[in-house]
Amino acid sequence: MADELVHLTVDGVPVSVPRGTLVIEAAKRAGVLVPHYCYHPGLPVAGVCRMCLVEIEKAPKLQIACGTPVAEGMVVHTQSRAAKEARRGVLELLLINHPLDCPICDQAGECELQDFTFQEGRPATRYSPDYPKRFNPVEDFGPDVLYVPNRCILCTRCVRFMEDVAQEPVLNVSERGDRAYIGIHPDARLDHPWAGNVVDLCPVGSLLSKDFLHKARAWELDKTASVCTGCSQGCNITLDTREHVVVRIRPRPNLAVNRYFICDHGRANYRWMNRGDRIEAPLVRRPGGELQATDWDEALDRAATLLRGTAGAAVTLASPRASTEALFLARELFAGRAWQGAFQVVMGEEAPLPGVPNLALRAERAPNCRGAELLGYSRDYAAALRAAETAAVVLVLDEPEVAVRPAGVLVYLGTVLPESARDADVVLPVATVAEEEGTFVNRDGRVQRYWQAKPAPGMARPAWWVLAELGAALGRGPAVTSAAEAFDRLAAAVDAFQGLSYAALGATGRVVGTPVEVPA
Amino acid sequence: MGYPHRPHPRETLVLSQYFGDPDARSYRGWVKRGGYEALRQALAMEPAKIIEIVKESGLRGRGGAGFPTGLKWSFMPKEKKKPHYLCVNADESEPGTFKDREIMRWTPHALLEGAAIAAHAIQAEVVYIYIRGEFTEPLAIVERALAEATAAGVFKDIKMYVHRGAGAYICGEETALMNSIEGKRGNPRIKPPFPAAVGLFGMPTTINNVETLAAVPHILARGAAWYKSLSLSSPKSTGTKLFSVCGHVQKPGNYEVPMGFPLKDLLYELCGGMRPGRTLKACIPGGSSVPILNREETESCLLDYEGVAEKGSMLGSGGVIVFDDSTDMVYQIMRLARFYAHESCAQCTQCREGTAWTTKILQRILAGQGKMSDLDLLLDLAENMTGKTICVLSDSCAAPVVSGIKKFRGEFEDYITGKKRPVLAA
Repeated sequence: MADELVHLTVDGVPVSVPRGTLVIEAAKRAGVLVPHYCYHPGLPVAGVCRMCLVEIEKAPKLQIACGTPVAEGMVVHTQSRAAKEARRGVLELLLINHPLDCPICDQAGECELQDFTFQEGRPATRYSPDYPKRFNPVEDFGPDVLYVPNRCILCTRCVRFMEDVAQEPVLNVSERGDRAYIGIHPDARLDHPWAGNVVDLCPVGSLLSKDFLHKARAWELDKTASVCTGCSQGCNITLDTREHVVVRIRPRPNLAVNRYFICDHGRANYRWMNRGDRIEAPLVRRPGGELQATDWDEALDRAATLLRGTAGAAVTLASPRASTEALFLARELFAGRAWQGAFQVVMGEEAPLPGVPNLALRAERAPNCRGAELLGYSRDYAAALRAAETAAVVLVLDEPEVAVRPAGVLVYLGTVLPESARDADVVLPVATVAEEEGTFVNRDGRVQRYWQAKPAPGMARPAWWVLAELGAALGRGPAVTSAAEAFDRLAAAVDAFQGLSYAALGATGRVVGTPVEVPA
Repeated sequence: MGYPHRPHPRETLVLSQYFGDPDARSYRGWVKRGGYEALRQALAMEPAKIIEIVKESGLRGRGGAGFPTGLKWSFMPKEKKKPHYLCVNADESEPGTFKDREIMRWTPHALLEGAAIAAHAIQAEVVYIYIRGEFTEPLAIVERALAEATAAGVFKDIKMYVHRGAGAYICGEETALMNSIEGKRGNPRIKPPFPAAVGLFGMPTTINNVETLAAVPHILARGAAWYKSLSLSSPKSTGTKLFSVCGHVQKPGNYEVPMGFPLKDLLYELCGGMRPGRTLKACIPGGSSVPILNREETESCLLDYEGVAEKGSMLGSGGVIVFDDSTDMVYQIMRLARFYAHESCAQCTQCREGTAWTTKILQRILAGQGKMSDLDLLLDLAENMTGKTICVLSDSCAAPVVSGIKKFRGEFEDYITGKKRPVLAA
């Protein structure tokens, strides 16, 4: 039954979809976006905005595409005169009480009311300028959410999110008729750990993030697909940058990981990507003990020489925020000699999103613990620290908490230079997640790619590049020129990653140990 | 005009037979008048048999839509897999309608008996009687009657509860009523699924109007053929109907006449006609939500579902609002629109914004600030508000506006051109 396909046409395009699919989703398969406001695939259907009215042959009146399941042989017209007239009517009605304050509205440029009005609305209103528009004062809903009721179109996405997804029903529709507005329980705050999603869900500029308030215009932003580094869930995100500064994180849909949502912890976790106190050049220790900036050739030569000159145990203290590729290459440097690698992870409180199975802000507040484990890194960081004290060589991979003064050589790869790393023999500047490509492995073993959102400062390079160059200088395999090459080398070498390829990871990732499906 | 008042000889008293008779309110008094005999018989019958009789009687929903009652009952699952519910819609709020109020005031046991029969027919173990919040007196009477009848054990295993509404017109819409009973905001639900499949608390539910259920004991007691024979007209409209007449007639009140009774006779004979020196101008025949009839249409209209539809309106709830020649139609239509704007649940865009905008335009016209293009705008808005929303509140606002402009356009134009002095300040 579930696999049974229903055949229909949308604007003349034939599509076949599973029984139970809604017309609005079937239309997407036909390449038709039916304009809508209240509908959202991650929320229960409300059917209230009436924007998605379409004509369905043999139906006595227009039907809402969001609330009508497909039927065999259904013929849907989204562009018929009646359907277009109805939607034009809805747009006009939505606009009569909507302020024309787009120039000062954060949503402008990514506003569905703007977009659909531009696409199919009236050129001018018939609402008399003498009629007052509905007015209600701005409300402070919660730690990061402002409510601007004048812009609200009462789609109730926020109410349904809090009720059905967050399952903390603090929002409601208050009053009736055109006096209606979104109300909040008088004793409550919109402070659920996932509450920030209402800002993304709001199709207009009615629910705003205080953090992003008046920070940038939507059209100034560059958007890059990435993976959240806030915990081991691995939520898919978009990094919004303006002039190479990260200004906002928003969820990127991935039905297998985070559906359409991210938590507030992840949403706020970007300021460190804009730090100004970065290491911008490789540093080597000069005779006399001072670290001095140099170029990559000298730094890599120095590091290779130091490593070649050591014998005995090697220890890697790695950050669980490092890319899988870097973690792999950091291990490969010491192949064939006594080595141990470890990571430590900051722990916090778990905060689930009750309406979505297997989605939570996880206690492990790092994105790649699983990747590190799969590559042989231990969680026993204390043991590794003890070993580091007597090791011949210690390689630190962007782990700022290096409370170690090893007897042997200390090579430090990092984005910033903590006080404790000033004892390093060589310091190699590396890129952050926002400045490189790479992958993380989430807690469920899903290998997910992230893309470069902005340039790395100065001479900083992706850690996988630095480590591969260092490996090449030591005669341990060729250098790599891309994260793809690094990953494919890893996939060939490590059993857990067998069968995966960088290209096949796509935008939503693949789980380790599952065969790669070849598209038919 | 209150009760007791002497019935007019041309009335056919079935439901209203004991209106004005306080003794009929008590359990003992009701039994003395043959009450609960039909229920006793019904409880001994197969549910399907009762549905058959009600289908045969031709009884149709008296709440406004006129859907065949027996057919509605037959939509309930035959094989019971979940609890079934019966909801009694006693949220009578349609402007101009006050028939259910009188049924509950004078013959509460007729309602309870009909509800119990219906519950048995649809295999419901629980009945919720949703009474309009403002109906304080009917509420007290129904509660007392329910306590008496329950104590007497006439309902056997059927449990009945009275639920008092909190003052929203929209809660008379069947699915909004169910949400309200569930403790949620009274918003209408998208249909399908229909209540017979997914109703109160997600269970199969039937919802019937007070007057519909009050007719059921009579049908069981005297037979479907008798009920059908009462009709003066179309075989599709059977039995008697209570009409609540208000407005510019000499004797407003509830009148019970058989289906097919001439509206003209109701107004001029039973209600005593217009006030001295006045003539009929217009009439809303079925509660405020239906199109307005002009004088000619009113005087040639037969009161049954088909007869009123033939004149371009609807029998609706049977709330007859009469306007004489002193009436300002523009003002009256504005009042109606204002009512709907106030009561819109705010879910659907067309209703939330459209009812309010319609009201604003009408108020501007009444303030002498209207433009001729406003009339086309009102009609265009009404088109937008018709057949496009979850429930029909939006359509109900549009109906009197459209029929009003069509039939009384001159009155609108007089305000716009300045021929008539504004009655509102801008």
